[in-house]
Amino acid sequence: MSVALHIQKQLRARDRVFNLDLGFASDSDRIVLYGPSGAGKSLTLKAMAGLMTPDAGTITLNQRTLFDAASGINVRPQERNVAYLFQDYALFPHLTVAQNIAFGLRRSCFNLRRPASHPAVQRWLQAFGLEATAASFPSQISGGQRQRVALARALVAQPDILLLDEPFAALDLSLRARMRQELSDLQQQLQVPMLIITHDPADVEALGDAVFEVRDGIIQQHK
Amino acid sequence: MGAIWTPLLLSLKVAGWATALNLVLGVAAAYGLSRWRSPLRDLVDALLTLPLVLPPTVLGYYLLVLFGRRGTFGAWLSQIGIELVFTWQGAVLASTIVAFPLVLKSARSAFETVDKQYEHAARVLGVSEAGVFFRISLPLAARGIAAGVLLAFARALGEFGATLMIAGNLPGRTQTLSVAIYEAVQAGDDNTATLLVLITSVTCIAVLLIAGRLVPTQAQRADLS
Repeated sequence: MSVALHIQKQLRARDRVFNLDLGFASDSDRIVLYGPSGAGKSLTLKAMAGLMTPDAGTITLNQRTLFDAASGINVRPQERNVAYLFQDYALFPHLTVAQNIAFGLRRSCFNLRRPASHPAVQRWLQAFGLEATAASFPSQISGGQRQRVALARALVAQPDILLLDEPFAALDLSLRARMRQELSDLQQQLQVPMLIITHDPADVEALGDAVFEVRDGIIQQHK
Repeated sequence: MGAIWTPLLLSLKVAGWATALNLVLGVAAAYGLSRWRSPLRDLVDALLTLPLVLPPTVLGYYLLVLFGRRGTFGAWLSQIGIELVFTWQGAVLASTIVAFPLVLKSARSAFETVDKQYEHAARVLGVSEAGVFFRISLPLAARGIAAGVLLAFARALGEFGATLMIAGNLPGRTQTLSVAIYEAVQAGDDNTATLLVLITSVTCIAVLLIAGRLVPTQAQRADLS
């Protein structure tokens, strides 16, 4: 996989101005953007997914241009084929676990009927040991299960890259190490490229092959 | 008993149609307004809310000017066979417009409380904009919309001024509950008036109780997110 991103964005909130001017390129399948909160990491991830439009710059994924301000290219989020794991997972509260996982399998105006019997959904329910919760709602399952559901929902459509926003921040300390290992194994097994943003050095240690440090909207160093 | 049932059934028919129309028009306008980024947004919102504050007789007058036989749209509509003056369809038009802001306000605030992150998540999963509306925004806003729709139904059921202006007071054809009450009082028929008043009051209380249950309390709202 190859990712190349160079973007600029100015944000204004009343009397504060935040300048994001950030670029990196990597061929690694395990990229980590590391830095304190408020450094611009989340904005970068949103720009990757098409949820934030930069003022200037380019974004390419596997030689495919997703965004290019100069030539006016801005691929819609729906067509970027990326997966996004939100910090608090953003599981749809009105849909069951199976419906959440199946969500991206149907792109039209209706949810999939009988999602639990779809082979791809079944596969992920099994892989994550979620069979018993298939008919539960997100508010009825544990934090670890929620993360697994969010991962399954993200991976079911076979994305080109998995974007993870502080993936373990919402979990108990005791659960974090286990889920980190699970994610690491999963990535190796599926060979799905990951881009993780985090402020936790343990994530860098466990999941970062290419590491970029972000501070105050710019890349400081990388190893 | 016809003096009771005929206006009651007519009122239910008129309010039912007005509510169905408002469900579509109000929700569409509310969704549009909640997404629209334009300096004109507040002006449009104010214009659409106008029926809430204008006297119904003023609205009725506008309706006559626009939809009367020689009115701007009225002449055109009567060419294709639609008459709104002195018909129950005219009463539907009046009730729809008077109750419209109630659906608009509730639906707009319901759409604005839907966490944008769910919509973002759905888009990144490849779901079309229409899919995001029908599978995320609409179901998550449904309770607030339903509460507004019920209020609109109650308001339409009690509509008097604008209805009288455009649809008139034709017993059995355009004489709704509230118009029938007025006429019963004018005619000194206190028994009929009392019965009609009680029916209207009980219906409206029931609707308000149901609407109150639909609007989530603060605690339930926290539970949802």
